[in-house]
Amino acid sequence: MDAQKYPTPHLVSIRNLSFSRGSTKIFDDVSLDIERGKITAIMGPSGTGKTTLLKLIGGQLRPEQGDITVDGQNIPQLSRTKLYQVRKRIGMLFQSGALLTDMNVYDNVAFPLRAHTQLPESMIRTLVLMKLQAVGLRGARGLMPNELSGGMARRVALARAIALDPMMVLYDEPFTGQDPISMGVLAHLIKSLNSTLGLTSIIVSHDVSETSLIADYIYVLADGKIIGHGTPAVIRQSPSTWIQQFMTGAADGPVHFHYPAKNYVDDLLSTGKRY
Amino acid sequence: MIRLLRQLGGDTRTGFTKLGRSSRFLLLALGGVVSVLLRPRLLLNQLYSVGVLSFLIISISGLFVGMVLGLQGYYTLSDFGAEETLGVLVAASLVRELGPVISGLLFAGRAGSALTAEIGLMKATEQLSGMEMMAVDPIKRIISPRFLAGCLSMPLLAALFSAIGIIGGEWVGVGLLGVDAGAYWGQMQAKLDFQNDIVNGFIKSLVFGFVATWIALFEGYDAVPTAEGVSRATTRTVVNSAFSILGIDFILTALMFGDD
Ligand SMILES: Nc1ncnc2c1ncn2[C@@H]1O[C@H](COP(=O)(O)OP(=O)(O)OP(=O)(O)O)[C@@H](O)[C@H]1O
Ligand SMILES: [Mg+2]
Repeated sequence: MDAQKYPTPHLVSIRNLSFSRGSTKIFDDVSLDIERGKITAIMGPSGTGKTTLLKLIGGQLRPEQGDITVDGQNIPQLSRTKLYQVRKRIGMLFQSGALLTDMNVYDNVAFPLRAHTQLPESMIRTLVLMKLQAVGLRGARGLMPNELSGGMARRVALARAIALDPMMVLYDEPFTGQDPISMGVLAHLIKSLNSTLGLTSIIVSHDVSETSLIADYIYVLADGKIIGHGTPAVIRQSPSTWIQQFMTGAADGPVHFHYPAKNYVDDLLSTGKRY
Repeated sequence: MIRLLRQLGGDTRTGFTKLGRSSRFLLLALGGVVSVLLRPRLLLNQLYSVGVLSFLIISISGLFVGMVLGLQGYYTLSDFGAEETLGVLVAASLVRELGPVISGLLFAGRAGSALTAEIGLMKATEQLSGMEMMAVDPIKRIISPRFLAGCLSMPLLAALFSAIGIIGGEWVGVGLLGVDAGAYWGQMQAKLDFQNDIVNGFIKSLVFGFVATWIALFEGYDAVPTAEGVSRATTRTVVNSAFSILGIDFILTALMFGDD
């Protein structure tokens, strides 16, 4: 990437970010950079705040502290109008799809186009069909969201996220609920969208194998901190037992699968108690 | 004791912050009304689902209430030999009180609960967040059209309720009990006052529509975004609307009919 062309070398820069929900600190002084034109993955166990991070980048949540800069603009300080201007250039794929349930697949994908452009319907039709073709669901255009499977809904949501040809797409768990074929297709799609449209992508995921195949750079989050970052190769070689456990999916290690509880055998044997 | 006081203080505080949030919400929703007028299709859709779909329940209830009024009114009035004024009694009760109040309560139960559930579910399924991320303001797009539709529908529904109720009263009074039809309609026209009765009834229904729609939309928008949160919010809509409508009705009645 030619750094001179842009106001900042990184499309997204996060500096000293802190954010809490109630009394739990979700982020504690986190800093990270997302390079232009690359696919950056943010990984971490369930509940570490990956979705929260995307919402902070999109300006839906305000940080307690720190700066979040997207394309040179400090998101928490933008006025509403300015923030909406930035959001038009960001596509977001929600974990749940977040399709509008009162309109069919076609109208869902057409929604951002109709809201933000004055294009004639014939042009909108062409664009919608192109985006649906890209996610393999051109034939499903007449279905309502409640007639789609979870995986299909996610792909429609992806078509909608790229409808306005954004500069950046935020993917929240794009791979969960996909069968192996559509998983592969989707991974390929994210990669090719990124290179052909010149996008910048942020993938939030706990799907280690698929994500590390297409990511250019990985950040690993845990307990409100970044515990490791680097290219997939570097991360795989990481000496940290924590990262090793996460990457290989072992139940034993520094991260505990179980919620704290008393000894299992004792618990089973104490038959007098009701629960 | 201290605990009780602290609890009371906490409740008051949450009550006030909720009032604050709902006022802010109202201002935003009103601010979006202008942009709704530029996109009449959004409004028409909502007028259909908020207003037209309440037609049936309002008509049937109006009919029964009118018939009961005819019956009860006749028995009371005939003791004084004043059956001819039955039309006045039925029409005045409906137009001044029962029309706005009962259709307000039915409106809150039928349309209000549906609005809360719809908005709450949109929130729970991240549709509202999704819109925000697509740089579409959910208040302008979702809330304001529904708000306007609710405010426009209620007076019409209340008028429908009263009109059908008056016909129901006539069926019973004139058709079954033998009151003179000319007296029923004639007395009604002579005694009912446009300013005092019709306009005041209209104002009431407008206020009730405003309040019921505001409560319904705010509860949906403010709901905890889970299935349970939405169902609680729906219940709150019906309960709070009923209290508000009945309380405001007393105040409005005292103001409107107090000095004569
Ligand atoms: N609206 C909310 N109110 C309070 N706490 C919340 C809220 N949303 C999320 N949290 C908490 O914030 C933490 C991070 O949530 P988040 O959804 O960002 O996790 P995540 O990393 O995306 O998890 P997953 O991989 O399961 O999607 C969780 O512990 C959750 O309990
Ligand atoms: Mg998440």
